Amino acid sequence: MELAAAKMIGAGLACIALVGAGIGIGNVFGSYLSGALRNPGAAATQTTNLLLGFALCEATGLFGLVIALLILFAF
Amino acid sequence: MNLNPMEQFAVKPIFGLDKPLLHIGSHPIFFTNQALLMVIVAVASALFLSLAVKPGALVPSRSQSMAELSYEFVANMIHSATGEDGLKFFPFVFTLFIFVLCSNFFGMVPGSFTVTSQIAVTLALACLVIGLVIVTGFMKHGFGFLKLFVPHAPWYLLILLIPIEVISFLTRPISLSVRLFANMLAGHTMLAVFGGFVVALGSAGGALSILSVAPMLLIVAIMLLELLVAFLQAYVFAILTCIYLNEALHLHDHH
Repeated sequence: MELAAAKMIGAGLACIALVGAGIGIGNVFGSYLSGALRNPGAAATQTTNLLLGFALCEATGLFGLVIALLILFAF
Repeated sequence: MNLNPMEQFAVKPIFGLDKPLLHIGSHPIFFTNQALLMVIVAVASALFLSLAVKPGALVPSRSQSMAELSYEFVANMIHSATGEDGLKFFPFVFTLFIFVLCSNFFGMVPGSFTVTSQIAVTLALACLVIGLVIVTGFMKHGFGFLKLFVPHAPWYLLILLIPIEVISFLTRPISLSVRLFANMLAGHTMLAVFGGFVVALGSAGGALSILSVAPMLLIVAIMLLELLVAFLQAYVFAILTCIYLNEALHLHDHH
């Protein structure tokens, strides 16, 4: 019983990874916007990097989800 | 009613084929719902692309311009990420991109199965990419490919940097596969959880039943977001493949 409770708590704690992902995604889009408003001419050339940065940031948060799933279902 | 949001990811034999098709060693091989979806994705995308460009009209029809657009999109992506000599990998990257894209989009159809939400599939794709990168690197540079792990730095930093470079290279298949798998898994789980809200509120009766419209509308919005993610993850998978290939082709110097 205690093990089951500890699993639940651990899976919940793994979701703290979302803090970092949130900061990261906000940073990516915030930096892009501030750069794009200063130099709108160069904005269109950087959408690839924008999407790449967004996806990489989002993925780090999802690694937390994988850890949560591992705790809940694999052990 | 089963409201388990993880149930949609279950891999099971279909068409009543409970008996294995064949044995490899002592390991039974089944024809599962995942295998069926992969066959559908491969056949549908190959049929569409080959039939769409068949007319070869000067003024393309809608389907022909869709096929040409995807071709140009991937060709531009490879050209900008790896330069001129990366274009010989176009068939590989294009196939990979179309397969992942179609798998993601077929998975968005309610009631179907998302092939890319299985770590086995994405890890196989990622290992294919890293295997190609390693083979390409050794074929182009011979043992000079190992210079990839030696950045320009003083020797006392290299003691620290070389293991880091090796580890970061070796974790690439893991991060590449987990990124795609986790995105698909998280998106579809979220949709199923909100679907559970609709069912729970709708069956509560009275004023709560009317409230169930709210999560329903939210599902529509999340569905749109998931369509974006489905495209974005296929794009990221393809562009990271290009970036890794670029490193194998050009080592540290810029093209």
